[in-house]
Amino acid sequence: MEKRVIFKHKLLPYILVAPQIVITLLFFIWPASQAVYQSVLQEDAFGLSRTFVGLANFAYIFTDETYLRSIYVTIIFSCSVTAIAMSVSLLLASMADRAIRGATTYKTLIIWPYAVAPAVAGVLWYFLFNPTIGIVALYLKIYGYEWNHSLNGGQAMFLVVITAAWREISYNFLFFLAGLQAIPKPFLEAASIDGASPFRRFWTITFPLLSPTTFFLIVMNVVYAFFDTFGVIHVITDGGPNYATNIMVFKVYHDGFLSLDLGGSAAQSVILMIIVISLTVVQFRYIERKVYY
Amino acid sequence: MVEHRPWLTFLTHAILIFGMLLLVIPIYVTFVASSHSLDEITAHFSLLPGTQLVENYTSALSVGPRDVGATVGTMMLNSLIMALGITLGKIFISLLAAYAIVYFKFRFRMFFFWLIFITLMLPVEVRILPTYKVAADLKILDSYPGLILPLIASATATFLFRQFFMTVPDELCEAVKIDGGGPIRFFFDILLPMSRTSIAALFVILFIYGWNQYLWPLLITTDESYYTLLIGIKRMLDVGEGQAEWQIIMASTILAMIPPILIVIFMQKQFVKGMTETEK
Repeated sequence: MEKRVIFKHKLLPYILVAPQIVITLLFFIWPASQAVYQSVLQEDAFGLSRTFVGLANFAYIFTDETYLRSIYVTIIFSCSVTAIAMSVSLLLASMADRAIRGATTYKTLIIWPYAVAPAVAGVLWYFLFNPTIGIVALYLKIYGYEWNHSLNGGQAMFLVVITAAWREISYNFLFFLAGLQAIPKPFLEAASIDGASPFRRFWTITFPLLSPTTFFLIVMNVVYAFFDTFGVIHVITDGGPNYATNIMVFKVYHDGFLSLDLGGSAAQSVILMIIVISLTVVQFRYIERKVYY
Repeated sequence: MVEHRPWLTFLTHAILIFGMLLLVIPIYVTFVASSHSLDEITAHFSLLPGTQLVENYTSALSVGPRDVGATVGTMMLNSLIMALGITLGKIFISLLAAYAIVYFKFRFRMFFFWLIFITLMLPVEVRILPTYKVAADLKILDSYPGLILPLIASATATFLFRQFFMTVPDELCEAVKIDGGGPIRFFFDILLPMSRTSIAALFVILFIYGWNQYLWPLLITTDESYYTLLIGIKRMLDVGEGQAEWQIIMASTILAMIPPILIVIFMQKQFVKGMTETEK
């Protein structure tokens, strides 16, 4: 992938890449390497002394019960968000693909929640479920169900999952709809002439042909649930009650900024980096497959 | 489809309408709440718009919430500056970098390319503490450059432009060279006008990204005059034992949603293009 016609200039290309490279080195490479460096050091909160401790920080966090709990919470959280957001959006997208009338209106109204920030989505749902003034909480109480997500960990998890999934539905919908519209119609027409019901057609033709989109969205949804939902957690639960919604990204923030455990926070950052890198690699391998299949 | 199944058509629309309601209800309730007084909200308000709409919004915009120290007007302006700064900054540096990488041959070209590529793997969430330290050392905490600069390096925008430049026919570049034009003239006369649609699509996506930033502004702003709207809303919610000013919070929440939602609705074509192309 190289251009045949290029310009020859000694200095200009360096000037052109310089802004991007400077920003990258300053705010990406240097901080990331600092995180790796600090993860093997023990430092006091005032930065007065530091000692090399090898992998002790990692050994410590993997025996720390709150960290193990946080991994568990993150897995439950991201699996639930992905499963809910994907299935609802696939349902809506296949319906929108069928609908002849009003298809554009549906599409517009379904995609715009994507523009809502995760933190704002948090405020919306927090307000609905607020134990003292939320209308949903009120109706639940009328029907005899006591809702208080600031005391009940299961309810708190439910609320952050719904909030995070709510916003992600729009995103998935857009990609599923594009994927569905790219499926050649003759396949489906042939199947319906053979007498296959719409549901049968969906499971035997549409769904398998949609698998590249599905796979891509699974990766993107997991990335979203891991990293972009900080705002949701911070607004609704602050990781509580009793660490029930303390996802890994929230814990890094909490340990680094509020508990000032620099080594531990850095070690957690390194683990998160490893997770992002593996997810990126998975995603790129998938893109390669998509190009050649 | 070939067959006619009225039941299924009915079901299709029923599901779509149900799904839409599910997506819209939280926003509708917030909007309704923003038109009631605090007393009405705390006493279980009706789901029809109230009478305090204008009062709530004007008081949010000009007086501001209690205990936060900045008006919602100021915070919106900060959000706008941050969003535009991130958007334009990203587009600017990515255009230049992609231009250099595609149209020039120079030492370390591939090294630079990989360096930019790596940023894909380092979202701000995984390196918050050391990035904060860099910002502190550069003395850009509580400032607009501090809100903007750390977020403007982006591999996706650079890739998108690179991808696009690869499809530009070589003949155009040759023609400029034959006419005696140099790289700068080619960039401004040919490449930039041709990139308009890509730039528009990126603008939409990046504006939403910038406006919705939460974690980074939360870390680096302690001075109220640099609060972005999202941070302001969080501060309004943190009242401890006191009574949150829900009518102001709800009005601010609606205000925080308006700019990105308007952009998605009115630039839907660019939005869809941007989404599907940047994520590939």
